[in-house]
Amino acid sequence: MIIAQNIGVSIAKTDILSDLSFHAGAGQLTAIVGPNGSGKTTLLKALTGELPYTGKISLDGDDMRSFSTAALAARRAVLPQAAVLAFPFNVLEVVRLGLLSGLHVHDSDLPQRALKHVGLAGFEARFYHELSGGEQQRCQLARVLVQVWHPVRDGKPSWLFLDEPVSALDIGHQLEVMQIARDFADQGGSVIAVMHDLNLTAMFANSVALIAGGRRVIQDSPENVLTDAHISNAYRCNVQVNATPNAGGGAPYLLPHMASIRRA
Amino acid sequence: MVTMDTTVPTAMPRPIGDRRVLAVRVIWLSAFVLALTIVASLTVGASGTSLFAALIDWASDNEIGLREQVILFDIRAPRTLMGVLVGASLAVSGAVMQGLFRNPLADPGLVGVSAGAGLGAILAIVLGGLLPATIAALTGIYTVPIAAFLGGWLTTMLLYKVATNRGRTSVAVMLLAGIAVGALSGALSGVLVYMADDTQLRDLTFWGLGSLAGATWGKFAVAAPLILLSLATTPFLAKGLNALTLGEATAEHLGIRVQRLKNIAILTVAGATGAAVAVSGGIGFVGIVVPHLLRLAIGPDHRYLLPASAFLGATLLLIADMISRTIIAPAELPIGIVTAIIGGPFFLYILLRNRGILDM
Repeated sequence: MIIAQNIGVSIAKTDILSDLSFHAGAGQLTAIVGPNGSGKTTLLKALTGELPYTGKISLDGDDMRSFSTAALAARRAVLPQAAVLAFPFNVLEVVRLGLLSGLHVHDSDLPQRALKHVGLAGFEARFYHELSGGEQQRCQLARVLVQVWHPVRDGKPSWLFLDEPVSALDIGHQLEVMQIARDFADQGGSVIAVMHDLNLTAMFANSVALIAGGRRVIQDSPENVLTDAHISNAYRCNVQVNATPNAGGGAPYLLPHMASIRRA
Repeated sequence: MVTMDTTVPTAMPRPIGDRRVLAVRVIWLSAFVLALTIVASLTVGASGTSLFAALIDWASDNEIGLREQVILFDIRAPRTLMGVLVGASLAVSGAVMQGLFRNPLADPGLVGVSAGAGLGAILAIVLGGLLPATIAALTGIYTVPIAAFLGGWLTTMLLYKVATNRGRTSVAVMLLAGIAVGALSGALSGVLVYMADDTQLRDLTFWGLGSLAGATWGKFAVAAPLILLSLATTPFLAKGLNALTLGEATAEHLGIRVQRLKNIAILTVAGATGAAVAVSGGIGFVGIVVPHLLRLAIGPDHRYLLPASAFLGATLLLIADMISRTIIAPAELPIGIVTAIIGGPFFLYILLRNRGILDM
C-alpha cells in the first residue's frame, strides 16, 4: 500500500502540488487522471522518489525516504513517458538493463520472455533508435517488467509506475499493454498509471484519482470519479458519460460533444 | 585464451542480438594485438638497434653492448610503457566522459581538463624560474608534469562546483562551463606565450603538439600510479554508465546511485587525463576515435567498451609513436600531429559511413 499524505512539490519556487493526498493498494490498478499541467507526472515523480516533496509518503508501511536506492529498485520499476537513448543499444540490450536491479540476473532468458510478453519477439537484434515510437514504448515496458518480474515477491507486492504507458500506441496495442498492467495487478502486484484516455481508464482501473491544479479533486472507483460533473469541471469541456451496454461491464464510457468546449 | 567462452555465463543457446561473446573476443584480440605492438615498439627506432639482436646476444652469452642497453632499457622501454598508459587513459577517459555526458562526441578536452592541464604546463615553463628555490629543488624536472596535472585537476574541480547545485550535477552546465574555462585557459596561455623567450617558445610548441619523447623511468613513476588508479575504477563504473544511457532518473530507478557514479567518473577522467597530458602534452583524437570504432564493432555496453578502449587506445598510440619517431628520423614528428593527420580524416570517414547510427 502506498499512502501519500498532504504532500507538496515545488519546482523553482512554484507550487506544482499542494496538500495532496493519494493512496494505492496491492492487487489494484490505480489511475491518475487530470488535464494537462495538473500535476499528474509530478505526483508520479514524487511517489517514485525522483522529486523532493513535503509531507509523508509510505510504501507498505515504511517511510519512502528510508529506502536506499537499491532497496527501492528491488521493489518498484518506473516507465518514463519517453526515453531517448544516447548510444546504439539493440532491443535485447535495452531490456537487459532491467536486470541491473539484481533481482533476476540468473534468469538468462527472462529478457526474451518479457519481449514476447509485450509482442516484440524477434526484435532482439534491432537497434532501439530504429524502432517506431510505439515499439520503443513496448521495449521500455519489457525492460520495466524484467526489473520486477514477479507481482509478489517475499510476500510483498511489486510496484509498477507507468507514465502514460499507451500514449504512443494504436488501439490494439493499447488494449494489450493495459491488459498486461491489469494482469500484474490481478496477480497481487500494484500498478500506478498516469492516463489520458478516460475510456481505457474506466475499463482497466480499480481506482481513479482525478487531480486538477495540483490538488486532488476526488479518488474513488471509476464509476464515482468519471461522471459528467467531475470531468466537465476538471477538463473544462462537456462530455456525456454512459454505462457500457455489454452485460458484464457496466463501466462508464465517455462521449465527447463536438463544439462543447467550455471557454473559461 | 582457454577462458574465452566461459567469461559470460551460458545456460542456453545465445539469442540473436547478443553481442557479448563477440565483445569478449574483440577484447582478447585487441589485447593480443597490443602485445605484438609493444614488441614492435621495442624493436623499431631511429638507432637501428633491435630487441631481437639484443636477445640473440643475450641468449648466446655475449655481452649486450652498453649502447644497446641504454637504447632498449632507458629509452625505448619507458617510452613504450608510457605510450601504453597514455593511450589507454586517453581512450578510457574519452569513453567514460561520453557515457557520463550521454553524448558520443564528448571528450576530456571538452570539459576543460586538457585546457587546464595545458595552462598549468605553460605556467611552469614560462614562470617556473620564479618558483621559490625550495619548491623548485623538490619538483626538479617534474615541475611541468606536476603543474599540468594540478591545472587539469583544479579546472575539473572548478567546473564541478559550478555545475553542481544541491547535490546534482548538470551535464549541460558543465559542458558550457567547460567551453568558457577552455577559452579562458587559452587566453591566459596566450598571454604567457607572449611573455615567453625563444627557448621557452620551442618547449611550448613541442609540448602543445604532444610527444612521448621525454619519457623516462622517472616520469613513468610520476604518472603510472595516478593513471593505473584511475583505470582501476572503470570496472565499477561500467554498469552505472550503461544505466545512465536511459537518463539520470531512470538509472536511479534501476538502483544506480547516480550522484556517486558521477563523482567517481569525474575524478577518474581528471586523474587519467591530467596525468596523461602532463607527461605527453595534448594528444587529440584517441579519446574520440577509439570508443567510436569499438561501439560500431561490439556495441555500447561499457562493461566491454572500457577494457577494449584501453587496449585499442594503447595500441593506436604506440603505432602513432612509432610513426612519429621513424618517419623523419633522426628527427621526430610530434605525436599529436600524427594522431591528428590519421585521426581527423578517419573520424570524418566514420561519421559519413555511420550517420544513421550516430544521428539520434
